[in-house]
Amino acid sequence: MNIDAIRCGIVIDHITAGRGMRIYQLLHLDELDCSVAIIKNVASRKMGKKDIIKIDAAIDVNTDILGYVDPGVTVNVIRDGALTEKRQVALPERLTNVIFCKNPRCITTTEQELPHIFRLTDPEKKVYRCLYCETKADDR
Amino acid sequence: MRHLISIGDLSVAEIDALIDRAEDIIASPARYAEACRGKKLATLFFEPSTRTRLSFEAAMYELGGHVLSVSGANTSSAAKGESVADTAKTVSCYADVIAMRHPKEGAPMVAAMNASVPVINAGDGGHNHPTQTLADLCTIRREKGRLGELTVGFCGDLKFGRTVHSLIEALSRYAGIRIVLISPEELKLPSYVKKDILARRGVPYTQTTDLEGAMPELDILYMTRVQRERFFNEEDYLRLKDRYILTPDKLRAARPDLSILHPLPRVNEISVAIDDDPRACYFKQVLNGKFMRMALILMLLEVTV
Repeated sequence: MNIDAIRCGIVIDHITAGRGMRIYQLLHLDELDCSVAIIKNVASRKMGKKDIIKIDAAIDVNTDILGYVDPGVTVNVIRDGALTEKRQVALPERLTNVIFCKNPRCITTTEQELPHIFRLTDPEKKVYRCLYCETKADDR
Repeated sequence: MRHLISIGDLSVAEIDALIDRAEDIIASPARYAEACRGKKLATLFFEPSTRTRLSFEAAMYELGGHVLSVSGANTSSAAKGESVADTAKTVSCYADVIAMRHPKEGAPMVAAMNASVPVINAGDGGHNHPTQTLADLCTIRREKGRLGELTVGFCGDLKFGRTVHSLIEALSRYAGIRIVLISPEELKLPSYVKKDILARRGVPYTQTTDLEGAMPELDILYMTRVQRERFFNEEDYLRLKDRYILTPDKLRAARPDLSILHPLPRVNEISVAIDDDPRACYFKQVLNGKFMRMALILMLLEVTV
């Protein structure tokens, strides 16, 4: 299967197989006008299988979202057909309006305009807790 | 500018300094009688409270300050749909410090993010109640002379009891603390408190359903009320509410120097027959709470005496 190389844009590589669609949704890539390809289950020597997303435009990618959903991904920036930057992502310290608190007693349930903020409280176990009520976020 | 949202906002050194200050206030109240002259405390209580609100208000009056008070969401602009953020910004224009109680968890944190004056969490639902913890810590130190090297039993509702979680968090920072958790199966301490606080800090703890069996080893017994308002199901509440009732009989195996604490209000979990026992400290705890709130207001307003 062939997908054209991009001249100017972003390639999100080393996505854990099966998480490509979730990343597509969280980054709101459906709202872009340019070509976007989600390639699933690509053979990978390192990972066995992986997903790849190619975006045919030089957009700003929210690396916090990527770090939260799949901290092993790589963001490749392509300019004039050449790889100009390779970014590793890390677990973000804080997430704003990426995930939402489900505790019915949390202040976010009654104050609709409050941003939903989660803090990384245990980097080892990748635990995020609501800034306001400290409820643990659901698994990704 | 500092706020107090959870007990974790204060270091051990700061807690010790607040207790030192409270003891100085007890020893020389006249020195503090005008310390907050011209300052105003706003008490915003959107959930029922007797003790905490009066304690804050008494604390401010005894420091020579004034109090502006709102009690009940129905009598304030919250009833018109005003947000916590807007309330905090507005009240900041009138008061020098805010004490807030709110049924929603995290509301005082939102207030702190928006207020231009210090905010004190006076209880947010079942989440945090740091000034109760300050009252508890002050009482333990005044009774025992120390906050470390103690065996502390917690009895009753350890699942929903916010005062229990906060006190465990605070005590676990002192050396030589041993915890005994006494509760019915349904109201056991949540596993995240055991894992994130006790296990992580290496605090030894045991769990039991037997209050009398645990009694002889305790330096402190912290009793709690089974709170009707935390249950979704009335049947569960009725089944569990009378599980532990402390009576003179049950105290037979206790040490003569045991201290019995309770955050109050009490329903029936401590028999009134115990009130005259010298080991009963729960009304001293109420008084200590006022002195700790005085110390806290001084600290947040950066008043030196």
